[in-house]
Amino acid sequence: MADTARREFMLGEGGGTGGGSQNLHVGVGPAHPAMHGIIRITTELDGEIIVRADVEIGYLHRAFEKECEAGGWNNAMPYTDRLNYVSPLINNFGYCSAVEKLLGIDVTERCKYIRVIMSEISRICDHLTCIGATAMELGAFTVFLYMIKAREFLWELVEDVTGARLTISYGRVGGVKADLPDGFAEKTLRALKETREVLDEVHRLLTGNRIFTDRMVGVGALSREETIAYAITGPMLRAAGVSYDVRRAQPYYVYDRLEFEIPTQKDGDNYARYLVRMAEMEQSMRIVEQALASIPGGPVNVDFEGRPIDPAAYVDRGKQGKTDGLLLVPLTLSPNLQGQQRAASARINADDKRVVLPPKENTYGSIEGLMNHFMLIMEGYGIRPPRGEAYFPVEGANGELGFYVVSDGGDRPYRVRCRPPCLPPMAALHRMIEGEMVADLVPTFGSVNMIGGELDR
Amino acid sequence: MDGAAILERLRGRFGGDVVETHDHRGDHTAVVTRGALPRLLAHCHDERPLAFDVLMDLTAVDYLTYPGREDGPRFEVVYHLYSLAHNHRLRVKVRVDEDDAVVPSAVDLWPIADWFEREVWDMFGVRFSGHPDLRRLLLYEEFIGHPLRKDYPIDRRQPLIGPTV
Amino acid sequence: MGVGSFFTSKLDEAIGWARKYSIFQYPFVTACCGMEYMATACSHYDIDRFGAGLPRFSPRQADVLFVVGTISHKLAPVLKRVYDQMTEPKWVVAFGVCTCTGGFYDNYATVQGIDTIIPVDVYIPGCPPRPESVIDGLMKLQDKIAAQAQRY
Repeated sequence: MADTARREFMLGEGGGTGGGSQNLHVGVGPAHPAMHGIIRITTELDGEIIVRADVEIGYLHRAFEKECEAGGWNNAMPYTDRLNYVSPLINNFGYCSAVEKLLGIDVTERCKYIRVIMSEISRICDHLTCIGATAMELGAFTVFLYMIKAREFLWELVEDVTGARLTISYGRVGGVKADLPDGFAEKTLRALKETREVLDEVHRLLTGNRIFTDRMVGVGALSREETIAYAITGPMLRAAGVSYDVRRAQPYYVYDRLEFEIPTQKDGDNYARYLVRMAEMEQSMRIVEQALASIPGGPVNVDFEGRPIDPAAYVDRGKQGKTDGLLLVPLTLSPNLQGQQRAASARINADDKRVVLPPKENTYGSIEGLMNHFMLIMEGYGIRPPRGEAYFPVEGANGELGFYVVSDGGDRPYRVRCRPPCLPPMAALHRMIEGEMVADLVPTFGSVNMIGGELDR
Repeated sequence: MDGAAILERLRGRFGGDVVETHDHRGDHTAVVTRGALPRLLAHCHDERPLAFDVLMDLTAVDYLTYPGREDGPRFEVVYHLYSLAHNHRLRVKVRVDEDDAVVPSAVDLWPIADWFEREVWDMFGVRFSGHPDLRRLLLYEEFIGHPLRKDYPIDRRQPLIGPTV
Repeated sequence: MGVGSFFTSKLDEAIGWARKYSIFQYPFVTACCGMEYMATACSHYDIDRFGAGLPRFSPRQADVLFVVGTISHKLAPVLKRVYDQMTEPKWVVAFGVCTCTGGFYDNYATVQGIDTIIPVDVYIPGCPPRPESVIDGLMKLQDKIAAQAQRY
């Protein structure tokens, strides 16, 4: 009796007593050796062919949207880092831009360039990780080591700018946390050169490699119509032949002034996605180089009404002059980072004391600065966007990353909704794997580049 | 077609069923009645000048504690539509009461609505009539309540599930 | 102290020394910390120097469970199951602050520290911890393994 039950469990209904064959149910995940990321796929197999698949997600649900409602507008920043933790800077800026849209302010030129540069560096990191992990799961461990090596070069840049490697919390509503450090441009160009060398090596290792192409070409394909119907954006949509990119369709920051191509492929299979990602990294590097060449000086932070903050506004010499002698000592407070001084802060942040924290010299050096700081930090005060709602899309590494924010006029977000670029491909994953071999699940899942933090939020 | 023209077209076509329109911060928005929602969404999807072929996002907002709206319909289900052909966007909203929180499903128009609607059911407890398989998406079956509702405290933990935990 | 206990304590030392340099880890990677785990495991920081270079993706082949990333209520039974499937002797490393205490995810969905589910040997705080602190935690674990009395 127990034996029959076990056989039924293993072999499906009927227990294999008859002459015909039965479909086998196999669960893949949530902790599966060959897949990074925690999802569960319940498959029904006919031999080695997947007949039916059911994808279950939510294993990394961490209440992002609820946590955002629990703190101030800027307090949501660390949570946005952890949405897509491979390219956290893009999430930061996407959220900031949504709130800025709600406030109706515009950030300074220099800040826009900084955001573009840092977004593109993040995008390269994301694609490096995606291709590296996919290749590793297909047995090309060398590629993974190379890609992580390249990512390490870029993370050093990110650490220089933000102070952290991964969860950076660098965006601020109305600007960014700090200006770029000295010598950033040279370092970046050097890092990009190293990254290009790695990509060239990987290209020679993978692109024409029979073992690799046999697993990728024609596998996990999704037609153009279906890709659109499932609202899939980003590299996967472009691999299916649609050249939709938010950076081009609805340009934000300074993308309309920079030259770049949108790589597309026709086939919509895993190999096409790989090619699109490889090409996009090169385009991102082009964008970074152009932006570094044309980044202006000038203010970075703007104020509530969108006026750039004049550096002198921070100094307010007349009032501070009373503390004779103290002011003559040039304060260069930079508690943890370069680029937080008065002059730099003025370059990078919006000119609005109701939105942007004062530079540290003022916080510690003048009563006005201290009060300004407290007014932004204290509960019940802080940034208060007017009542209303706004949706702001940016091009994340996996597609359109949108933030829909609703304000009730208070100092906390009433609702923050993240439109996760990962979720639509996961919803369509069963369409990509049904009818294919069970082993093909691994490269297909890799090419989708599922990121748990953003998928489950 | 620019946003204002889209709203004009929808108002002309659906008259009183378009309850409210606005373009706050450049996001063109139409609030429609629940009865007209399926027809309006189908119109947006099918009509060539509109051609909203992508359902970018589908979510909900709980207006329980929103100042000035405490008595009104509690939930607002929000659709963000995008057209690849015309590169234009539209936000469609529909309001429902708590005791009758049911919205017609959009799965027939956009397959992606399947998961988005499951998530809204999971997080807000808004049902979608005509949905093929309305299960929780992110949370687990044993979970009681809908966490993104404003009356669900963020730290209300539930017992751990699973064997011998 | 007799001659026998002298030899067993020497044998303990020898076994402890051997064990601490042959760590087969099972990375239970769920979230952001996985990125730093990758960085630590790869050539730049090279965890292989500590004899922990080969991750085993089967709990039955592993003796150290690295819990890397947030554990939600939905995932808790899975983690427990993986832990139960490992054979003795086994150790658990809580990698990142979410696994130590729940971190800043103080909400309905997140387990407030994995030590509410399984016993933990080494806690590595940080969100995520830098590779340097991961290596520090690994060395602490090695000390613990080396000092552990054996059962015969």
